[in-house]
Formats: sequence, C-alpha cells, structure tokens
Amino acid sequence: MNKISVMLLFCITFLLTVPVGTVSGAAAPNGQIKGLDEQVQEIKGDVLAIAAELNQLEERLLFPSHTQISMFLSLAANEQFRLDSVEIKLDGKPVAHHLYSFKELEALRMGGVQRLYTGNVKIGEHAVEVSYAGLSAEGEELRETQQFRIQKDERPGIFDINLARHSISLQDW
Amino acid sequence: MEQRNSGYGFEKAMMKLLLVITLLCMTSVAQAVSTGAPQELKDLYFGETLYYAFQEEWFEAISLLDTELAQHRGLDQPELDSLYVHLGLAEFAVGDFELAYRMHRRAGRAITEVINGDVPHDVRNEAIYRLATIYYHKDQPLNALYALERIEEPVSQGLRADLDFLRGQVLMANGRHSEAVGVLLPLQDEVGMKGFAGYNLGIAMIQDGRLEEGRGYLDQVGQLKSDDPVEIALKDRANLYLGDKLLQERAFEKAKRVFDRVRLDGPFSSQALLKSGWADASLDFYDRALVPWTLLLEREVTDSSVQDALLAAPYAYGKLGVYSKAALLYGAALEAFSREIGRLDESIRLIREGRFLETLAREELQQDASWVVRLRELPDTPETYYLLELMASHDFQESLHNYLDLDQLRRRLETWRDDLDAYDELIARRKAYYDPLLPAIDARFRELDSLMRLRLEQRERIERRFEAMLVAPRPDYLATAEERVITDRLEEASAALLLTGQPVPADVEARIRRIKGLLSWRLQVGYDARLTETFTHLEALDRDVEELRQSYSTFVRVRQAATQSYQGYGDDIRRQRMRIGAALGELEELQLRQGHLIEIMAVNELTRRRERLEEFQVKARFAMADSYDRAVRAGAEERVK
Repeated sequence: MNKISVMLLFCITFLLTVPVGTVSGAAAPNGQIKGLDEQVQEIKGDVLAIAAELNQLEERLLFPSHTQISMFLSLAANEQFRLDSVEIKLDGKPVAHHLYSFKELEALRMGGVQRLYTGNVKIGEHAVEVSYAGLSAEGEELRETQQFRIQKDERPGIFDINLARHSISLQDW
Repeated sequence: MEQRNSGYGFEKAMMKLLLVITLLCMTSVAQAVSTGAPQELKDLYFGETLYYAFQEEWFEAISLLDTELAQHRGLDQPELDSLYVHLGLAEFAVGDFELAYRMHRRAGRAITEVINGDVPHDVRNEAIYRLATIYYHKDQPLNALYALERIEEPVSQGLRADLDFLRGQVLMANGRHSEAVGVLLPLQDEVGMKGFAGYNLGIAMIQDGRLEEGRGYLDQVGQLKSDDPVEIALKDRANLYLGDKLLQERAFEKAKRVFDRVRLDGPFSSQALLKSGWADASLDFYDRALVPWTLLLEREVTDSSVQDALLAAPYAYGKLGVYSKAALLYGAALEAFSREIGRLDESIRLIREGRFLETLAREELQQDASWVVRLRELPDTPETYYLLELMASHDFQESLHNYLDLDQLRRRLETWRDDLDAYDELIARRKAYYDPLLPAIDARFRELDSLMRLRLEQRERIERRFEAMLVAPRPDYLATAEERVITDRLEEASAALLLTGQPVPADVEARIRRIKGLLSWRLQVGYDARLTETFTHLEALDRDVEELRQSYSTFVRVRQAATQSYQGYGDDIRRQRMRIGAALGELEELQLRQGHLIEIMAVNELTRRRERLEEFQVKARFAMADSYDRAVRAGAEERVK
C-alpha cells in the first residue's frame, strides 16, 4: 500500500474538514480562484512551448550536430556510496565539475541521468578523463580516476559515464 | 490530556501543525508522482527528464520530455529511436509531471490519451486511477466517480488498496456515505493504512446516520499507538472530531475524556483544551474547567482558542463567585485584545503595502521546511500566526503555488529574453568574421574542386583500362614513360625515312626492328609484374581518393556550418522574442492579479479575526463592568455580614 498517497488523500479530506471554511469561503470567490488557476495553467503551457522551441534553437546555434558532444552521468544500479563531486577533462582541459546536493544524489540513485556536459569538439579521436570523489556507506573515502579514448564522428557524440564504487565506465551511445 | 513533553510551547505546536499539515499539502502534489525509472534505460535523454523529475523540478522535466516526444513523433521510423522502448512510460510520465506541476487540465488530457490508447490493462487502470485523483484534487467528485467506474477488473495487487481508498473518499465527497462504508470497511487491516481508513470510515458512518458504530471507529483511531507524526496528528484529529460530536450530543463526560486524549504538544491541543473546559463548564464544573483554560492563558495570544479562553476563564471565575479575579482577568483580556487589534491593523497595512507577497516570494524561505514559521521572524512582515489557518487551506496553497510558479516563469522569460540578445550578438560576430573570409575561400575551393574532378576522371579512366586489360591484355598500356618516348621516336624515325622517298637502308631497318622487338619483349615479359604493380598503385590511389573525398565532404560540411552558424536564425529569434514579450506581458498581469487575490485572502482573514476581537472587546467591557459591580456588591454584603 502506498502510504504517501493515502496520506495525501487523507490530507485533502483533512483540510476540508478542518474548520477553515469561513476563511476560504469569505476570502475569495471560488470562481475567481478557479478562473485564475486555469489561466495560470494556460500560461504554463505557453512558456513550456517556448522552452521547447528555445531548446532546439539553442542546440542548433550553439551545438551543431557534427561538433556536438554530450556527457551524461549515471550511477550503477543499487550503488549506495555518497557521490560528492565529479570532474571531466576533455583533451586535458577541465570541462565540467559538479558538486552534488542531496536531492541530486537521490535522483541519480533512483535511476535519473544527469547531463553533465554539452560542448563542441572536432571530428576524430579525443581523450576523456573522469574523476569522482565520494564516501562509501562504511565511511571509506573514495577517489577514482579513469582515462578513455573516444571517437567523435559526424553525428552528435553521446556518452554515458557510469559510476560504481570502485570503477568508472564510459559508453558510446 | 496526554502530555508527552512538559516543556511544550505554542511555537512547537505551531511548528508541528505546519510540518504535519501545511507542508504535507505543499509537497503533496510532488509526492503524488509515481513515475519511476525503467529497469533498463535505453534513452539517456529520457533518463535526464527523470533526473529532474526526481528532484521535483517539473518545468525542466516537462520541457525536456516534450522536446523528446516531439522529436520522436517527427521521425520517419520512430521504432528505430531509442525512446521507442520507453514510449508508453514517457507518455504516462508527461501526465504525471504535469499533474505535479499543477497543470491539471493538460495532465487530464495526457492521461485520457493514455486511457484511450492501445495500452495494457494494468496501465489503463493505473491511468484511470490517476485521472480520478486529479478530479478529486480539483474538487470534481462526480467526475472522479465517473472515472472510477471505468476501472476494469482484475485490478493489480499494487493498486487495489489505493484505488479502494480513493473510491471511499470520492463516494464520501459525493454524499454516498453508505457505499463508502462498504468500500472502506475491508481496508481496516491494510498495511500502511493504520488509522486512515478507520478515520474516514468513522466519519462516513456518522454521516450515514450510524452514529454508534462511527463513534466506535473514531474512538479506535483516537487510541492509536504510533510514533509516526502524521498518524499521531490523525489520532488527535479523530479525538477532536469525536469530542465535538459528543459535545453536540450533550455527552459532556465522554466528550471531556476524548478531548483529554489529545496531546498537549500537538497542533490541536489548544482547541482540545478549550473544548475540554466547555465540557466541564456544561456540567457546571467551573473549577475543573479552569484547569485547561488557565493552561491556555499561558499560550500564544494569536491563537483563536487562547482568545476564547481569555473570556472563558474570567467567566468561570464569575460563576464560581470570584468576581474580583474575574474583573481582573477581563481587564487583562481587554488589554490583550487592544494590543492584538493593533498588531492586526499593522499586519493589514503591511500586506496592503505588498510586503507579504515580497516575503512569500523570497527564495531562501522556500528552501526551508519551516518557512512559514520563519516568516514571522522577518522584519516588516505581517503577523503570520494569524494567517496559519488560512495558509493551511487548499485555496490559499493553490493560489500561493500559482503565484510562486508565475514568479519563476517570469524570471525564466526574462533570462530567455536576455539570451536572445546574446544570440543576436553571437550571430552578428559570426557574420562579421565569416563574411569577408568566405568569398576568397569559395574561389579557392572552386579551383580545387575542378582540379579534383579532373583527377577523379583520370582515375576512373585508369580503372576502366585496368578492367579491360584483365579481359584482353594490352602490354603497351603498361609501358613506362621512357619506353613510350622510345617507341614514339622509333615511329618518327621510320616515318622520316619513308618521307625521303629513298629505300631504307637494311641495317637501319634491322636496328629499328631490333629495338622495337626488344621493347616488345620487355613489355611482354614484364607484363604480369607490371599489372600487379599497377593494381597496387590503383589501390593506393583509391585510398588517397577516399581521403580526398573525406576532406572534400568535411570542407563542404564546415563550409555549410559556417553559413548555418549565422544565417536563418533571424526569423526564429524575432518570433521567439515576440512570443516571450507577449507571454511576459500576460504573465505579469496574471501575477499581479494572483498576488492581489492572495493579499485579499490575507486581509480578509485578518479583518475577520479583527472583527472577532472587537466583539470580544465589547463582551469583555460589559463583563468587566458587571464583575466589578458584583465584586463591589459582594464586598458590601460581606461588610454588612
């Protein structure tokens, strides 16, 4: 049984039964609240549509497909170590560095994938170095670094960096 | 009353009230999302949307997923796209995320599409469940009921209890309490529903007229043993509800026992203390009533129950004949009411000046779970405690979330507008860089292009000859340049001799023949070796040609990219700028209206509380005068005696 959903449903009933009727009833007409709410929903849709078009425009303008390279980061399944930071070097130059908040780490643990870097490189072979720092469940300090050679062709380069407690792998998608 | 911690305080109770109720509601929609990561992720971009969704960053999640789905649908062969494997989940997730982002209408449409689509039975049932939840959230219980009627058996084990609980709630909201009882009864022992089902069952039974049974279930919930803060709050709430019912039925003794089960450090303790006192007072046990009411007098005076107790306590003293004490307490109440009316006036002024909205929109407050409490600590903000009940209400929460969402959208649009300016500048710079360079590059490219075409034609010719030689050997094709020169010179010499009109000397003719024979012999003997060598050279040439072709296409691509890096964006950017401008205008107006509505709600609430205090002031004045009179009369009678 999903306790959270029960709590939420309860919460709604709960609020309806808490003696605040005089408050919301007198405070603002229900129709006005609903009308505004619908308009807010409409404008959210409009802004989302703008965002989607801007995403595409930005990608075309800043990251043309033949030079585009994206590095995604994921955690190996069931990994419980605490990831503190990740750094990526591309051809010897640091291109991405990220410190993880609790929410971000949880999102990775739940199976989310973070786009850590998007940039432009020439077609051909490139050197990638991935480093991470973290802490194991037992409190052991974890530091790993791994070098890779990647091949960039005419298509957008999409790479998945997968972190495990003592290993880093990189896969060309 | 149950007292877990003798050092309780009103603030602590308020904090719990907020944490347990208000914050649950604030995070409710977010937690309602149930989209999880697939077992095996096949599309990194879908994984990215989940990354944002798991952090409750709905805007990013929806915009990325919308983009992904739009690209997927635009493909000629979508089945070859990596998103194809997750398409069902992705379409479901859109509705889920939109629901979390409080876009109920779009979420409803998205989920309805899933329901009407070709989806597995369990997925369809899950979608209907979510659609019904949306209707229930949006105060449309009848639509929720219609949606639930579309559920088809068998229902998966994971959904069964949730679904029945929702059905029970929806039936109650439709006034069909008897049916709700039937649905909620089997859920009593469901794991994870401890108390929740019982509470609703109790209320449903009471509403259905089955008072005794209903009270029994509420009584069970009121005696729950649990450490879970929500279950404890539920327990208190059940006791409060049951106590009220018993008060209405004039079962004062029972009511008092039930009110006394409410924790002293819980969010409902003030109400319970007040009502416990009234239960005693109703039995004319005014001395007993003074115990909870005196406790209340030590609490935060903004609490409505405390303000009631400010009048109730002297009333009890009056009933007990202690008029002087009653008069003093009425005097203290009058002072407190005047002070609070002053605070309320100041709070109303601050709200009208826009301080309330300014504070609500402060980002650092929204990061903190106890932000409503912290509001109070800020200078120039209205008295938050008077607004607690309002702020816990569904309407206020919806309005506040909308206001904050609009604020966030406005900031995004402003950032994008600046981004477009930056893009314009970037494009202008690219144009300024490439425009002078490209004509010269193009001219040189045209030269190289014609040269390359020539060489490619030569190569084609060689290959054709080579293939012909494999069928019909032609040693002369494989002669070296020196051998060709010698052959030509021999031909010229023979021709020159013929032109003299004289017979060719025999020794000269023999020498020419010998040399020709020698050349022919060398070509015949070396033919196979030369053919092999030619083949090797042709292969090497092919490699060079391939390299040349790649360089050529790289050049064409880069040349094209150079043009594309600054051409063809003008219309797009102009259109986006117009759309952003229009959206900003609309959004700012909407935010003003939404903000104004919140202010009206807050001012109305404070005005209501102010009017209540004014009434209390009048009552207190008369009661104080009466108590003084009685005290004086009692003193006089005493002296006479």
